[in-house]
Amino acid sequence: MARRLPLQPCSLRIYSEMVSPPTATINPSLIREMKSLLGAANVLEKHEDLLLYEFDGSVEKARPDLVVFPHTTKDVSQIVKLAARYEVPVVGRGAGTGLSGGALARGGGVMIVFARMNKILEIDLENRRAVVQPGVVNLDITRAVEHAGLYFAPDPSSAKSCTIGGNVAENAGGPHTLAYGVTTNHVAALEMVLPDGDIVRIGSNHGDVAGYDLCGLFVGSEGTLALITEITVKLARKPEAVKTLLAIFETIEDASEAVVEITASGITPAACEMLDGWTLCVVEDYIHAGFPRDSGAVLLIEVEGLNEAVEGQATAIEAVCGRCRAREVRLARDDRERDLLWKGRKNAFGALGRVAPSNYVLDGVIPRSKLPQALERIKEIGKKYGFHVGNIFHAGDGNLHPIVLYDPRDKKQFENAIAASHEIIRSCVELGGALTGEHGVGMEKNELMALQFSDADFALMRRVHDAMNPDCSLNPGKIFPSSKGCGEIRIKKKSVASVKP
Amino acid sequence: MWGDPNQEEIGRECKAMNATANLASRLAEAIGAKRIVAAEEERAAYAIDGLTPGAIVLPASAEETAEVVRFAVAEKLTLLAVGSRSKCELGMAPSRYDIAVDMTGMREIVHFDAGDLTLSVDAGMPLRELEIYLKQKAQFLPLAVPCFESTTAGGAIASGIDSALRLQYGSARDFLIGAEFVDGTGQLCKSGGRVVKNVTGYDLHKLLIGSLGTLGVITRVNFRTFPLPATFGGHLAGFRNCQCALEYRMAVERAGLPLANLEVFSPSVGEMIRAILQKSEGDVPTELGRGEWCVYSSFEGNEAVVRRIAGDLERIARGRGAVHSRILESSEDEALGGMLRESFEWLRWASPANVVCRLALPVVRADVVAQLLQLAESVRLRAALLVRAASIVYFAVFAESEDQAALAPLAKIVAGIMPLALAEKGLSTLLHAPPEIKEKAAGVRTDGTDLALQQRVKQAFDPSGVFAPGRVAGGI
Repeated sequence: MARRLPLQPCSLRIYSEMVSPPTATINPSLIREMKSLLGAANVLEKHEDLLLYEFDGSVEKARPDLVVFPHTTKDVSQIVKLAARYEVPVVGRGAGTGLSGGALARGGGVMIVFARMNKILEIDLENRRAVVQPGVVNLDITRAVEHAGLYFAPDPSSAKSCTIGGNVAENAGGPHTLAYGVTTNHVAALEMVLPDGDIVRIGSNHGDVAGYDLCGLFVGSEGTLALITEITVKLARKPEAVKTLLAIFETIEDASEAVVEITASGITPAACEMLDGWTLCVVEDYIHAGFPRDSGAVLLIEVEGLNEAVEGQATAIEAVCGRCRAREVRLARDDRERDLLWKGRKNAFGALGRVAPSNYVLDGVIPRSKLPQALERIKEIGKKYGFHVGNIFHAGDGNLHPIVLYDPRDKKQFENAIAASHEIIRSCVELGGALTGEHGVGMEKNELMALQFSDADFALMRRVHDAMNPDCSLNPGKIFPSSKGCGEIRIKKKSVASVKP
Repeated sequence: MWGDPNQEEIGRECKAMNATANLASRLAEAIGAKRIVAAEEERAAYAIDGLTPGAIVLPASAEETAEVVRFAVAEKLTLLAVGSRSKCELGMAPSRYDIAVDMTGMREIVHFDAGDLTLSVDAGMPLRELEIYLKQKAQFLPLAVPCFESTTAGGAIASGIDSALRLQYGSARDFLIGAEFVDGTGQLCKSGGRVVKNVTGYDLHKLLIGSLGTLGVITRVNFRTFPLPATFGGHLAGFRNCQCALEYRMAVERAGLPLANLEVFSPSVGEMIRAILQKSEGDVPTELGRGEWCVYSSFEGNEAVVRRIAGDLERIARGRGAVHSRILESSEDEALGGMLRESFEWLRWASPANVVCRLALPVVRADVVAQLLQLAESVRLRAALLVRAASIVYFAVFAESEDQAALAPLAKIVAGIMPLALAEKGLSTLLHAPPEIKEKAAGVRTDGTDLALQQRVKQAFDPSGVFAPGRVAGGI
């Protein structure tokens, strides 16, 4: 994914505008204790080291006071207890590829980076389960089991680098979630560390529970309820046949209509991605995948399953695209052609880095039947603020990813990019959609939550939050609007003198 | 001085009647008399495990539902939302049950976007009506739960009972995309939305699945719907023992065939299905009840897919030494599939006193099945066993009378199942049992550390304990 260019400190929207910055530097005795607990090699405290952890993939920025690398669940528990004793907040982080600021230390404090808890602990091919530590890279799960014809279905564009712990925290999606669901549909059990350091297990290997579905609550809770230390994932069986089609349209309206028609006609492709014509040219310049340079939009559609099902679906999709005035429908002839098409899609955000100093990838959802209206609104909003807005998104499940290209050095442009993004997200909600389909709320959209939720909704979410994370010591300043949650960051930071470890 | 016992009893009854009349009139003041039912015979129909509510309320809107909850909170009463009441016995007996909130008056389809395959319905919407409605639009909801004819959408979610189609479509958590409900403070809340992909805020609606009415009164549920398949197929194979049947099931799983349902059942289940279908003059596959362990598969898709799967199943079954193997006629398939979907319903009423347990296990092995059957044999009672999808076992044991002597062997069965499930790293749930046995099992949980977290969830949703306390095992 594309990270904004750090041409100058991106201080245009510093978090101090929204929340109080840390009032004291980190207590030296906390650093000493952390080093004694984990070893000096697993603790970062220098300013230049911490700078690396003040970004994720979003436009947000917040620096932790201390970065630590646990190796075991026990380490995590002890780190949390130690931080609690010093009353500093804790935030978990995987690879930092998130797009909503979920893994940024908004309240400063200790950042727990799970990069060194990266072992696959157990693989049960017969029952299609794997037990993994949170720092395992998403794609590595598939690599470990593909010899047996299995794979891990959620496939975010960052699958080569993002970690499963981050996927669980954000309930990550990806192109193929259209048919197979998002992360929560593929998690059977979790081991977690609660804010008081207690280690608990929820869910079960077989995926069934007695009582409440706690995995359903904790997956996607964005690190605000617990730190995930072990995940039991469900593995999917690779389909017998795959067909990948590229449908080329003269206009984005025709491509949108084709998506609506495909959905309405009862075909569920494994993936249905849209790239607009302008973005496609940028991608083609970078990837050379053979995308047309003169189209209005393309749909990258994949169907999977039994040979007999795939044949029928591909024919039906071709017919629908034809009815929606597709200029051409190409079929990938082999794995090489298929991989090339997907390379174009998955590296599209990176390609856009070549044409603008930075880009802001938005994430909103609309009912699929409203796709043409939504794209029209996005175009109008871009025009209003003077931006070119690219569109590379999961059209099949209505998950939009408008990309605003801007220059972060220009304060006005940055402010306009934020204003345009808010307007686009607002219009998604107005069309019956939601604020985020897969990136999470984090600190990117917490102030927009009132577009979707009432005071009563917040009150209940807040009670659930407080039931698990009563002092707001875990990942403060996320999800809830500052007026309704831990935006105010209730955890107090004691001065150096007042702490007696 | 001792009073006249008859007088005392009459006194108690009068007091109870006064309390009921009083509750009904106070409720009437709060939300209007026309939605309150206080007559004893009508209230009796809402009894759960011997507890009869003092009044029944039939709200017509979410706001009225919220009024009832606020009333109950203010009056320190407890309530339980019910739909068709077909599965109220799931879960433990509530420790108190003052008001039944009957949601069957709220049954509108609030939103249906055929082009988006999304649906929003009131909690009291019967699944059968919904099925008919969606069928006209060539769509369906894969919530194939027992008591299908009467079950409401809200009840199916709150009960959390298995759908027979979970192998292909997953459980309700995979297609429930949002919900509206009244929480324990009497506020109308929502979670999720009406779009198929959504990670905005906590997924609180997932907690409602299987919550047995203890977290809130569900007023509306939003689902992702699915295209109705063009063609259906069913296959039945019989094996000389459980081991062979389970090996065949595993071979089918390894073949990667997309099956909607895959159920292994004991000879006794086959006999029971045969008897019921014959009685109702339904189409009976003639192979049922011949003493074999049977495996039923259902599948769907275009004609070529259905033909292919049928052929593969035949080949695998023959290769695994099936005693019989056959593609079912569509009427037989419909009858057998329907009976298996309803298995919980007819298993629980199959003898004067019985227990029905559900086990979820990481792996269902033949030796585990043998241990379960041995439990029944050790007390000389008939048993029936059914394995659903990959890991769910329904195990029923039947006593031929409901007198006290018959209860001891059933209690022994229940006591034997829990350690067996634990040893297999699975869990067991008591779905049906005589009240005395159920009461003993109420406080027992077979899982580990998450009870405290579940209590925290309950406290957050229902701070004053207004919703059916004690329904979730472990005293929640």
